[in-house]
Amino acid sequence: MLQVDMAEGENEMRWDGLCSRDSSTRETALENIRQIILRKTEYLRSVKETPHRPSDGLSNAVSLDGLNKLLAHLLMLSKRCPFKDVREKTEFILKSVQELGIRIPRPLGHGPSRFIPEKEILQVGSEDAQMHALFADSFAALGRLDNITLVMVFHPQYLESFLKTQHYLLQMDGPLPLHYRHYIGIMAAARHQCSYLVNLHVNDFLHVGGDPKWLNGLENAPQKLQNLGELNKVLAHRPWLITKEHIEGLLKAEEHSWSLAELVHAVVLLTHYHSLASFTFGCGISPEIHCDGGHTFRPPSVSNYCICDITNGNHNVDEMQVNSAGNVSVSDSFFEVEALMEKMKQLQECRDEEEASQEEMASRFEIEKRESMFVFSPDDEEVTPARDVSRHFEDTSYGYKDFSRHGMHVPTFRVQDYCWEDHGYSLVNRLYPDVGQLIDEKFHIAYNLTYNTMAMHKDVDTSMLRRAIWNYIHCMFGIRYDDYDYGEINQLLDRSFKVYIKTIVCTPEKVTKRMYDSFWRQFKHSEKVHVNLLLIEARMQAELLYALRAITRYMT
Amino acid sequence: MEKMSRVSTALGGNVLTGRTMHCHLDAPANAISVCRDAAQVVVAGRSIFKIYSIEDEQFVEKLNLRVGRKPSLNLSCADVVWHQMDENLLATAATNGVVVTWNLGRPSRNKQDQLFTEHKRTVNKVCFHPAEAHMLLSGSQDGFMKCFDLRRKDSVSTFSGQSESVRDVQFSIRDYFTFASTFENGNVQLWDIRRPDRCERMFTAHNGPVFCCDWHPEDRGWLATGGRDKMVKVWDVTTPRAREVHCVQTIASVARVKWRPECRHHLATCSMMVDHNIYVWDVRRPFVPAAMFEEHRDVTTGIAWRHPHDPSFLLSGSKDSTLCQHLFRDASQPVERANPEGLCYGLFGDLAFAAKESLVASESGRKPYAGDRRHPIFFKRKLDPAEPFAGLASSALSVFETEAGGSCMSWFVDTARRYALAGRPLAELCDHNAKVARELGRNQVAQTWTMLRIIYCSPGLVPSTNLNHSVGKGSSCGLPLINSFNLKEMAPGLGSETRLDRSKGDTRSDTVLLDSSATLITNEDNEETEGSDVPADYLLGDVEGDDEELYLLDPDHTHPEEPEYVLPQEAFPLRHEIVDTPPGPEHLQDKADSPHVSGSEADAVSLAPVDSSFSLISVSHTLYDNRLPPDFFSALVRDMLRFYAEQGDVQMAVSVLIVLGERVRKDIDEQAQEHWYTSYIDLLQRFRLWNVSNEVVKLSTSRAISCLNQASTSLHVNCSHCKRPMSGRGWVCGRCHRCASMCAVCHHVVKGLFVWCQGCSHGGHLQHIMKWLEGSSHCPAGCGHLCEYS
Repeated sequence: MLQVDMAEGENEMRWDGLCSRDSSTRETALENIRQIILRKTEYLRSVKETPHRPSDGLSNAVSLDGLNKLLAHLLMLSKRCPFKDVREKTEFILKSVQELGIRIPRPLGHGPSRFIPEKEILQVGSEDAQMHALFADSFAALGRLDNITLVMVFHPQYLESFLKTQHYLLQMDGPLPLHYRHYIGIMAAARHQCSYLVNLHVNDFLHVGGDPKWLNGLENAPQKLQNLGELNKVLAHRPWLITKEHIEGLLKAEEHSWSLAELVHAVVLLTHYHSLASFTFGCGISPEIHCDGGHTFRPPSVSNYCICDITNGNHNVDEMQVNSAGNVSVSDSFFEVEALMEKMKQLQECRDEEEASQEEMASRFEIEKRESMFVFSPDDEEVTPARDVSRHFEDTSYGYKDFSRHGMHVPTFRVQDYCWEDHGYSLVNRLYPDVGQLIDEKFHIAYNLTYNTMAMHKDVDTSMLRRAIWNYIHCMFGIRYDDYDYGEINQLLDRSFKVYIKTIVCTPEKVTKRMYDSFWRQFKHSEKVHVNLLLIEARMQAELLYALRAITRYMT
Repeated sequence: MEKMSRVSTALGGNVLTGRTMHCHLDAPANAISVCRDAAQVVVAGRSIFKIYSIEDEQFVEKLNLRVGRKPSLNLSCADVVWHQMDENLLATAATNGVVVTWNLGRPSRNKQDQLFTEHKRTVNKVCFHPAEAHMLLSGSQDGFMKCFDLRRKDSVSTFSGQSESVRDVQFSIRDYFTFASTFENGNVQLWDIRRPDRCERMFTAHNGPVFCCDWHPEDRGWLATGGRDKMVKVWDVTTPRAREVHCVQTIASVARVKWRPECRHHLATCSMMVDHNIYVWDVRRPFVPAAMFEEHRDVTTGIAWRHPHDPSFLLSGSKDSTLCQHLFRDASQPVERANPEGLCYGLFGDLAFAAKESLVASESGRKPYAGDRRHPIFFKRKLDPAEPFAGLASSALSVFETEAGGSCMSWFVDTARRYALAGRPLAELCDHNAKVARELGRNQVAQTWTMLRIIYCSPGLVPSTNLNHSVGKGSSCGLPLINSFNLKEMAPGLGSETRLDRSKGDTRSDTVLLDSSATLITNEDNEETEGSDVPADYLLGDVEGDDEELYLLDPDHTHPEEPEYVLPQEAFPLRHEIVDTPPGPEHLQDKADSPHVSGSEADAVSLAPVDSSFSLISVSHTLYDNRLPPDFFSALVRDMLRFYAEQGDVQMAVSVLIVLGERVRKDIDEQAQEHWYTSYIDLLQRFRLWNVSNEVVKLSTSRAISCLNQASTSLHVNCSHCKRPMSGRGWVCGRCHRCASMCAVCHHVVKGLFVWCQGCSHGGHLQHIMKWLEGSSHCPAGCGHLCEYS
């Protein structure tokens, strides 16, 4: 036992050397890792071979567990490190471990996303110079290349801005301490039961020296963070209910009070992770290779899929079915695109001719808003969140669904009176310098991103479609643009698409592969990811607008 | 001439009167505009559209233009403007993109005249031509500006900004055909109304949206712009390139800007967020507003000067649902409250001091700063009165310079350069640093280094020659230690006695031991009781201000050139007062005095400094070996570091901290360490000792410090062919698709040091080129040039 502890202490694993851009630094780090791993392996083997000693049973299990974690990390590096030398060397280490008779892990699932076939997604190692720079940045900052990044790289321009913002929020100057930031991230992701993000940030939280006790539930965290729970809840599900009293409650809580700057930082983090949770579900991001559920130590020969795959709704058979279903309706979906293009053209042309009356316009907004509440996926079954995730937030019953059943009235928020460009930006930048600029850029890129293509068509002006999607999401949150005709939404977005949008934005945990597949069937995966980017940015802006308006009201 | 007469009639016939007043509106206002006669104001907002007449004592509602029961978005106004030629003509911009004109002359209740529904997005601004009765201009979120002729049903011309949303449009007051438009992406465009195809001129005025602009009423070509970046800029657009003439930095994004009539350099601003006040700035004095109106409780959304030739009446509407008339004479003037005083130290000890002139004048007879007693520094006083400004606060600037060489910091620079902080064994580092200090004439510091070495170095590292000096290894060490503890008060006396002994050539270990331990303890004692006050009470001192007991107790080390500093007779009494010895200090004092004098005399003649340090080392050997772990001294060392830091010699504190590393770090609290580090690094950087400062940052163990050189580490590279920045595109230029600097030897991109021949401009990796030119004298690129490498 003692010996094991010694070994653990002495050979503390240092992964950070691998993040260096300097290849010689990486090489030393790799060599170091190789030696530690081999030493541990040797030790384990020797214990196994020597006659059984009763006292060692437990310690064996412990050290095997430790080694397995390291091996899983190595596996992740061998697949996902942007540096070729690291990929090759880690694979080599894994091989040599295997030769020593230790079982090594293999990745589970089918690439970074469960919705998008692995072959569609960019392989690490085949990226171009620009993407490589992005990957290297991301890897240097986080020590990993997460699946979100690999999916977002369909749109490198956006990814760059996204990573820059995220890096700034989590690691650069800011009023909140580092472990608070990750904890807030966990809180926000847990609201949507997004175990993917929770797992990632639990690791990060511990890495920056967070207290593991906090992870047992919000009630173990400091009072200050507990106070934030209410805001987190309202912000995630009914942001329009945020009042200046919420803000006041946080800012004036004796010794547990937040400062304005801290609060803005927290709000930005919350909204960022709420929408990132939407993206994670919307694109079916798979667990990271080195996290639970991302790898297995079982040999592949037993069967083509394992239990986890089935529960994920992810095994090959399922995929086959969906594919065949898709094939049947290829001709239908071809016409879908054509019809959509036709509608856009019509709207463009006849806009000036028939002018709807004022009342008509107002009612169109109300109709769209009301309808959006009833747009729901047919299989609205109760999903009980996994235990380990649910403990991070209280009041699991509070969700969007509740409210939509009762058909509560969402008050209208006029964007002309409080908009991001004029008001939100100024407030954020005042209290949390530079972040306003970063988020502004991100919104801008997301809103204006276009390749002028639609499915198989080129040179299409998609601005109308993008605006419809953006405004539809804001409409669900009661945000109204005076200068928009909400009739367009009905023309351009069909029902299955609306179901998808609605589910992602409001209850992302309920998104299924079927939903992902059933909208816009002829469109490319990159376009569906594009849609997701629009969705998450629109959602983030909507939440931010409500929160910032409340802060502004508190301040005046 | 004509203009002048009009002014006089306007003002003469109808002299404006009024007071600061406000009235409550039913709803938040978005914009206001004043009628030509200066007697009426129109207020427009999402759910308000009313005309008020301005009476002497109050606002009186004259007309509500929102008629009809049905709320219509056409009436949800983002902007309103009153025609300056025609009292009956108004125009509003609606949030749904409609431009509406209103004719007050219509007999019916509904005064709505025309409806233009050409814009697809919210119209942010409307503007009438200052001289044409029928010309109206609008700017919209959809990026278009449209010019309407009110006699026709649709627009006459459409101007496309080719960029983002239009935030403001303004006809030039002086140039008939010109108008300016501002954009969300920070651009300002100047257009000729006759040429809708493209703008005459475009320049980037702000970082982020430009919310507003205003042409100067008198100066042709002066345009003020205000943006989200919290700046107000004044541009001169008469020159071929728009030139920024003035810039005012405000505290919040600027929503509106309006030049003040009859005051050439004044303009009024209000902000979009957070700040509710209206400021009037003198653009020549951009740091303090000339006047400030604080009536509103929420952001001000519209401001207008009541009359184009009267500078004292300002009207404003706000989100707090009030309409205000501000009188300039009632404005608060921040200048009055400003504290025009400042104090700043220069790098070389210069001191600049600015104070109100009146204050300075009254005290001019007195010398402002008596030189520090210990440092005979002479201040020269230069009076440089700041430019007086409108009779308001003005301050006098005094600069005090230290006499050249008076407190020269060259020792600091030299020490910083020559100190060794890491990379060698502790003993060597200490020795080296001691040597450096001694060479620079800083004996006390040198002594400290030597002491540190003694304390922390294991005996194995002491050169064997020194061991020879440790006489009587076997002698018991218990006695001297007990002595040193019990006889604290006696220490100085004993110390000088031993010195006497030693000067006679006696090197018995126990007495020497007494000497050193006594020294240490008195030293500690003093600092505990006195702290940083100690040196201030001394009448003697040296240039660096390091006077410490140790120094006084060891006359061996006094600098021969400065004998006047050694005044032991004075020093000892003083110290005794501090130490506070209860039993008859007089006696001790006497006792201490006499032998010491003789001692120092003896030293001066017979003793070489080396001798004493040897004896000290040998002592330490026994001390360490038999009795004391280095930990024993940690409190002492900590106090010593603090002492140095408080003396202002952070250099010493930080250097010792780095050299000793783990040995002392835990004893000193993190914050103090951080503080020392930052001070030292700051000093180093002021002296441009970048390398040293970087080394210090690198060697520091404090997280907050070591992250200093991890911030802003990105290096921006431009393409060597087309000079475009290469950000984010790796090492291939995105424009000319060529790799940046290629190595002529290995044909790879050079990412580190690039060396090139100045003759043929071929080059590559430093190592490669060096190697190549060792074997060949021709250029590796094969151009035939005979390159040289030196």
